[in-house]
Amino acid sequence: MIDVDISSRLGDFSLSAKFTVNSGITAIFGRSGAGKSSLIRMIAGLSAPDRGRIALGERVVFDRAASINVPVQQRGVGMVFQDARLFPHMSVERNLLYSQWAAGRQSAVGLGEIAELLGIAHLLKRRPHGLSGGEKQRVAIGRALLSNPQILVLDEPLASLDASRKAEILPYLLKLKNEFGIPMLYVSHSLGEIEQLADTLVLLDAGTVVAHGPIAQMLSNLELPQLASGPDAGSLLFAKLDHYDAQWQITEFGLEGQILQLPGMLGEVGQDARIRIKAKDVALARKAPDEASIRNVLSVVIEGITETSGPYAEVDCRVGEQHLRARLTRHSVHELQLTAGQKVFALIKSVALDQ
Amino acid sequence: MSFYLTDAEWEAIKLSLQVAGLAITIALPPAVLLGYVLARWKFPGHTLVNALVHLPIVLPPVVTGYVLLVLFGRQGVLGAFFADVFGIVFAFRWTGAALAAGVMAFPLIIRPVKLSFELSDGQLEEASHSLGTSRLRTFLLITLPLALPGILSGAILGFAKAMGEFGATITFVSNIPGETRTLSLALYTEMQSLSGEAGTIRLTVIAIVVSICALVFSEIISRRLSRKLGGRHD
Repeated sequence: MIDVDISSRLGDFSLSAKFTVNSGITAIFGRSGAGKSSLIRMIAGLSAPDRGRIALGERVVFDRAASINVPVQQRGVGMVFQDARLFPHMSVERNLLYSQWAAGRQSAVGLGEIAELLGIAHLLKRRPHGLSGGEKQRVAIGRALLSNPQILVLDEPLASLDASRKAEILPYLLKLKNEFGIPMLYVSHSLGEIEQLADTLVLLDAGTVVAHGPIAQMLSNLELPQLASGPDAGSLLFAKLDHYDAQWQITEFGLEGQILQLPGMLGEVGQDARIRIKAKDVALARKAPDEASIRNVLSVVIEGITETSGPYAEVDCRVGEQHLRARLTRHSVHELQLTAGQKVFALIKSVALDQ
Repeated sequence: MSFYLTDAEWEAIKLSLQVAGLAITIALPPAVLLGYVLARWKFPGHTLVNALVHLPIVLPPVVTGYVLLVLFGRQGVLGAFFADVFGIVFAFRWTGAALAAGVMAFPLIIRPVKLSFELSDGQLEEASHSLGTSRLRTFLLITLPLALPGILSGAILGFAKAMGEFGATITFVSNIPGETRTLSLALYTEMQSLSGEAGTIRLTVIAIVVSICALVFSEIISRRLSRKLGGRHD
């Protein structure tokens, strides 16, 4: 558990953050200049806020009123910086083991295990300057993990990488989450990365934590225009890969007792999957259509309808315990006489798999 | 004209090496520390300290020599202190020549040192701290090794400068054969004598060779180290 309640003035910028998050991956999301880096520097102990309190798990690491300020060396926060910050005069192996030979830390996991997991075992004897951006970042993640941290803080670790390098790192971060269960704070201004990784989202805007909560709930909260508006806004659904049909090359996912189909072979049976559906790709029908080309039809219940000033209305639908958003025109809402509590069918044009 | 050095000339060269060696040994540690402080810390009086450090470059060497004489002469405050407490006498001794050479070389040493500390902006040190390493160990394991090219090239330039120092040395410790007559002072003495032309040429050639070697050596070292470190922002 990470419990933060701080405020600070930094020149003519003021930062104020109050949130509590549980383990798993917590994304700190906001535009550039929103104060994300300042916030995590304070959590890591690289700078101190003017007021407040920070607790990591049971341990209070900062409390202005009680004059507690655990120095960065003893906070047990593993930092991964945007620019990797590997030590250029040491081999990859010396970098990875730095906290052990330089600071005498003991690590529960071994070098071999980490190197294997991050796919950097073949790089151990090399020097950092010959590595690609993605390799450097993986070494930096390994180095932080081997310092035996209580939490891992990643400051836009993918921001300086191109798209293919990003795709190269994301699976490793997911593996990390699944295999170590170490709590992570993941700073990013890319909603795409966050949708794939995070369990919880902390939204930072102009130095203030505006909202925080479970990722799917945050992404469909219409009161948070930073997340839930825009042409690509939609819902994030958690499903399980149930079946692969080799004849038609279709993968079936189980979602709250119903089925979603996606073309192609998209993983192994039994695997968890995050499915992203844009609100504009969802249509609603009062009766289940027959003889239609759309394969994905979910039975849903309308929870609420929000009409905006423009031609559109956002319809919040419930699929079991999860939420699915549909963006219709106000005109259709009126014609179909949609109201909250109604059982309708959601027709989904296209589905993107986020995994 | 003989190409071989006379005993007196050999003595002057050996003395110069000795003086320059001691000068660098004394001047390097404070130059590294002060270079680090000036590069990384902001404090009131920063500009003043920076100016004081560079003063020997712009001040007439005679003035530096005279100030040293006033401070470190037998009657000087510091001179008396060192003589009483450590038994070290500077006035008219080769140790005094080393002191003068060290003071004159100081700005040349500190410049590249400070520059190399300025090149890395403390980000790697932050990474080291976050991995649990104390400030002192971080300085020794990260900051210092990364500044090594600057420190070495400063040391070599300073050594060359110290070997050839003239004005402050002759003012402070005079021109005593075997004690304070270094290369430059021997050269000056030969120039003054009627039969000294051959000696003057021999010593001039040596001075030029030493200086070129120092510059080339310093260049090679810093280039090799930079390549080994492979850019400091990795």
